[in-house]
Amino acid sequence: MTPKERIARRVAQEIVPGTLVNLGIGLPSLVASFVPSEAGVFFQSENGVIGLGARPPEGMEDPDLTDAGGGFVTAVPGAAAIDSAMSFGLIRGGHIDVTVLGGLQVDETGHLANWMIPGKMVPGMGGAMDLATGARRVIVAMQHVAKDVSKVVRRCDLPLTSSRPIDLLVTDMGVFEVRESRLTLTEIAPGLTLEKVANATEARFETADNLGIMA
Amino acid sequence: MIGGFMGVGTPRRIIDALVASGRRGLTLIANDTAMPGRGIGKLISAKAVRRLIVSHIGLNPETQKQMNDGTLEVELVPQGTLVECIRAGGMGLGAVVTPTGLGTGLEDGKRLLEIDGQMFLLEMPIRAEFAFIAARQSDYLGNLDYSLTAQNFNPIMAMAADTVIAEPEHIVPVGVIPPDSVRTPAVLVDHLIERPV
Repeated sequence: MTPKERIARRVAQEIVPGTLVNLGIGLPSLVASFVPSEAGVFFQSENGVIGLGARPPEGMEDPDLTDAGGGFVTAVPGAAAIDSAMSFGLIRGGHIDVTVLGGLQVDETGHLANWMIPGKMVPGMGGAMDLATGARRVIVAMQHVAKDVSKVVRRCDLPLTSSRPIDLLVTDMGVFEVRESRLTLTEIAPGLTLEKVANATEARFETADNLGIMA
Repeated sequence: MIGGFMGVGTPRRIIDALVASGRRGLTLIANDTAMPGRGIGKLISAKAVRRLIVSHIGLNPETQKQMNDGTLEVELVPQGTLVECIRAGGMGLGAVVTPTGLGTGLEDGKRLLEIDGQMFLLEMPIRAEFAFIAARQSDYLGNLDYSLTAQNFNPIMAMAADTVIAEPEHIVPVGVIPPDSVRTPAVLVDHLIERPV
């Protein structure tokens, strides 16, 4: 299992049966494969479907049924197709139980930056700002370190996605809860020491008394 | 403004015609610019657009290149704000009042409102001279229905332009689309052009 898959598997444990969930493109989209279909979870894709299903078999693609990245998908029984105003009404209006977003940086107060690196990469925010602002619970799934630089920082120097702090951060090194605008490490990846996590983390964080092992 | 999400539910015949006409200097409002060679991406590659109002350009390197070269002015808007501003433009509302973008760089130059102790950003309605939209079917009068994720911005944009040109996959006799299934009533649609399969 790759580090990204381990992150996705851990995030999937946060998904409560019977809820409505939005997964961002990239790493977060891997979460769906770790959620059992009998859990009755509906995945929303902001381009206009509630009840996103797996990739269709070759030759069965419907050009009018795609995910937010433009890839072919299916719709599960009970799915609904909606326009963009309804889709973002659901998002901003607090009807999405959980969103899982990718991240460029998360800082020690729980703020997320994930939509641009000025002068280098300007993809645009797409739906990320609405999701980070309006979903009932915001989980960020990202790798802890990129190119030897910690992505868990003291203060985001990249443009923020929302002024609202996230609720949970899951990386390949551990799980952090955001409590009263502070990070608390609640789980650590198997085989790692607290010292190793601290060395890879620019942000200051607390450690839970009952520190668990990430599985 | 042009409907579509990553090239899905986009009026590709009209886009091809716009490219062929050699129009330049357009201001384009859309969710995204798809990819080079696909849908709205063709208008970007043809350098037909001077100013762009979109939520996402991440999958079109040509858009980013023209933006960095300074030949294309890009205004990035959160997707939910963009669609709601277009909706407000079509529905006769004076503004959109949203929490999205608060505390971010998007606040710059915008009005903040405090309502019952909660802060909001004031965003202005968006309208266009033309809306080019894709649909599944139209009847002879212009009543439209849509398909799955090919709806996206199309029914919203149909409200918010002086002239609306719809590109359905099929044009069918009046009565084929039941009244309950009409998503965009014909009164909003000015012209029809069928999309080749």
